[in-house]
Amino acid sequence: MVTTSYMPLAAILISLVAIIFIIALSKKPNLREAVTILAAIGKLAIILSMLPAVLDSRYPALNLIDLAPGIQFALKVDEAGMIFALLASALWLVTSFYSIGYMRKLDEKRQTRFYASFALCLSSTIGIAFSANLFTFYIFFEVLTIATYPLVTHEGTEEALKAGRKYLAYLLTGGVVLLAAIVYTYQITGTLDFQAGGILSTDTLPFQIAILFSLFVVGFGFKSAIMPLHSWLPSAMVAPTPVSALLHAVAVVKAGVFGMIRAVGFILGPETINSLGLSGILSIAAGITIIVASLLAFHQDNLKLRLAYSTIGHLSYIILGVSLLSQAGWTGGVMHMFNHGVMKITLFLCAGAIFVAHRYTNISQLNGIGRKMPITMAAFTIASLGLAGIPPIAGFVSKFLIVQGTMDNEQFVYAAVILLSGLLNAGYFFPIVYRAFFKKPASGGGVKEAPYLMLIPIVVTGALSLLLGIFPNAIFNLYDLASSVAQLVMGGL
Amino acid sequence: MIEHLPALIPVSLILFAFLAGFLRLVNPRLSRYSAILGALTAFVFSIVVTIDVLKNGSISYHFGNWPPPYGIEFVLDTLTCFMVLVITGIGSTLLMFPTKPGFMIDEQQQSPLYTLVLLLLTGLCGMVLSGDLFNVYVFMEISSLTTFALVSLGGPKAAVASFRYLIMASIGACCYLLGLGFIFFTVGSVNMADVLQLLPAVYDSPSIIGGALLMITGLGLKMALFPFHTWLPDAHSYAPPIVAALLAAVQIETSAYIAIRLLLNVFTPALMSDLLPITQIIGWLGAAGIIFGSVMAIAQTNFKRMLAYSTVAQVGFVTLGLGLANPLGMVGGILHILAHALMKSCLFLVAGSISHHSGITNIQDFQGLGRRMPWTMAAFTVAALSMIGIPPTAGFFSKWYLLLGSLDNNNWVFLVVILASTLLNAIYFFRLIEKIYSPGDAQVEAGTQSKDLPKNMLVPIIILAVAILLMGAVSVWLVNNLLMPVVGGL
Repeated sequence: MVTTSYMPLAAILISLVAIIFIIALSKKPNLREAVTILAAIGKLAIILSMLPAVLDSRYPALNLIDLAPGIQFALKVDEAGMIFALLASALWLVTSFYSIGYMRKLDEKRQTRFYASFALCLSSTIGIAFSANLFTFYIFFEVLTIATYPLVTHEGTEEALKAGRKYLAYLLTGGVVLLAAIVYTYQITGTLDFQAGGILSTDTLPFQIAILFSLFVVGFGFKSAIMPLHSWLPSAMVAPTPVSALLHAVAVVKAGVFGMIRAVGFILGPETINSLGLSGILSIAAGITIIVASLLAFHQDNLKLRLAYSTIGHLSYIILGVSLLSQAGWTGGVMHMFNHGVMKITLFLCAGAIFVAHRYTNISQLNGIGRKMPITMAAFTIASLGLAGIPPIAGFVSKFLIVQGTMDNEQFVYAAVILLSGLLNAGYFFPIVYRAFFKKPASGGGVKEAPYLMLIPIVVTGALSLLLGIFPNAIFNLYDLASSVAQLVMGGL
Repeated sequence: MIEHLPALIPVSLILFAFLAGFLRLVNPRLSRYSAILGALTAFVFSIVVTIDVLKNGSISYHFGNWPPPYGIEFVLDTLTCFMVLVITGIGSTLLMFPTKPGFMIDEQQQSPLYTLVLLLLTGLCGMVLSGDLFNVYVFMEISSLTTFALVSLGGPKAAVASFRYLIMASIGACCYLLGLGFIFFTVGSVNMADVLQLLPAVYDSPSIIGGALLMITGLGLKMALFPFHTWLPDAHSYAPPIVAALLAAVQIETSAYIAIRLLLNVFTPALMSDLLPITQIIGWLGAAGIIFGSVMAIAQTNFKRMLAYSTVAQVGFVTLGLGLANPLGMVGGILHILAHALMKSCLFLVAGSISHHSGITNIQDFQGLGRRMPWTMAAFTVAALSMIGIPPTAGFFSKWYLLLGSLDNNNWVFLVVILASTLLNAIYFFRLIEKIYSPGDAQVEAGTQSKDLPKNMLVPIIILAVAILLMGAVSVWLVNNLLMPVVGGL
């Protein structure tokens, strides 16, 4: 059931309106940051207020204006969108506090531009989550690409500008391919509305489906960093750490993955894809990406780069879960979108804290850091255990479900891929933990943590990772949401 | 009064043109005000006429009550209204830009520039409104003659460019007139509706094919359709900013519109395609122009010259839509006339402002401008994103229809060309955006602390930027009410 509501629009607009105040208050940093915090709280509150209705299958929706004949600017909050919106808005709140500590401690320049772009990114992310059709989705998707650009090039150094160029080259190409996919979808079906189970009619020709499928996979593949379309992501790590944390572990890359979820489950439909056996292609790509990205992560001495390669691998977990086209696989994939976000942001926040407190960027410098920053490294340990898939931390639950999905389809190769990747995750995370706690520090000195504004967010996300692992349904009814997404999409199968 | 409105649009422009000329002798400032007033009057008349056409259907206005095919006829359907709105709307916004940066000459200098601008607008409106092919030619000549004079205001180099344009435009006009002669001697009429009726009877006559080809070629020269674009880069980059904006935004697009009219209402594609694949040829030339113009724009170091080459590419979008000859493609092409008018005039005004304000004309000197001129550069960024075609800016919406139109014809090459041009545009505009927003020279920055443009220069630029952002929201209305009624029958 759909109910008309202005709440989805309000959730998008609140950070857009905040931009005006952020720019107007650029000379008063305290007020400016207060605006960001208020907008983040407001956004989370608005989104949470819609959660009970969504759990009750009453979807808040809004059709605003026509954008093209037969295509409206339409918003609709369904379970899948809800999960993504909750993820982005909850972590935005956490990151907002963290960025204040980070940006001030490092005395970064152009902070107004930073906070304004950040708010625009969040508006478009929520827009992506709540879009009711591909056209609206595409608008926000492209705005997100553009809004992230100033954040990637924030430092203004030659390296940052280069990363910015690469970032645009990759993501705009992806956007263009996606546009082709959208136009072709519209030409075939005459509609772009998302519908659980897909919108293609049964008389769509196989070659049309094949073309559409490849266009969607490539179009979304850039943002979700499927190999070989991934190399913008490690380069983008030149951005300030809050950006890497929220955008390049959560919002931007998850927008790509979320797009893949929409394309597979809500446009093409599992039945259509299954009938042509196309999902295997996506599974293979995801499987290869998982293994190769994990192997590449070993080579990185720079902590943020290692995290970036780990992100590439974990994004493909989600895509693998989706491509399995089974209930368990989908539930696991959708949940991993949330769980990985929480855990990976913890790791990035830790990396930023280490940099702010000690100016360390490389793993080889981290000997004994656990003694200087016990709280930070405790959170780091929890999150990295979770990503390796060790119970009772969040990553275990979603990984378990994805493995169950492979078993349902008797695709044991992918079960092996995931288990192997678990080992590889352990292989590249545990040495960091080992160094931190068991090796002697190069220099003495007592405990020196990052400022509280940075430390508390780390503790919060670390605790969240643990909590989500023990009670997957405790926060935001996450498990219920994910399983009903799977049920709706897979209903026919 | 209301029934004379179609005639009043060009007449008011002419009257104010002469008024501006006389007032210049009294006080140059008054001349500018009267020009703005004249353009705004024409704009208001266009709005009223549009409302009337939407309510009561197309208007056929007979001068001196002489019925067509004998007398002069103005025909206004919704598509005409759309073009008149674009021409007068863009014209009045551009005239608000101050004289000195806009025309690169002093107000005191002896030059009847506002008279010329209004006469240019008169010519363009007349071309659009005319219901007969010969009057199109007459008004086309008015617009061309004033263009020669206006371009040459830009200095010695501009004078040479203007002369080159004069040669090319005269060849174009000759082609058009010659072709029209062929048509006239075959069917005995120059009235569009009349010719449309008479043509089928004589359709296999070689003089019709020759005439049509000559007329289209002539228009191709005027609208700088690839490969007839050679005059454009010089003329548009050396002309003063307001003039360059007018030329790129409305002048060449009006010629494109006449070509659209010819194919819609005179030589219908259904009839033509048996004899000559003329629409296909135009479409493919447009596609070639898109790629050529974009690649050449990347190679430029001078900002205005880059914009000029980008115009070659953007005209390609209009003609590509025309060449598709299906409703969606046509809608895309025509909508792109408006989108391009908004963004290109915004960009040319920004170019003029920067060169007037800080003497910067080359792309490499844009470093750090974002800090010094935040508002101007914000407007620039919006226009640039629209040129690339990033939603929700204007450029995206015209592209959407063009893409749909391409697929309707199963023309995947056009689809790829349009999408590739998005990336090519991104290359040359993000090169600028990157420079603008990266930290500039610390010393220069300290010397010129955040001195944005004066308000009178900023206002038209901001108006255009806001229009670019809002066009998407009104585009459906435009398509459903103004464009589809005319092109939907294809």
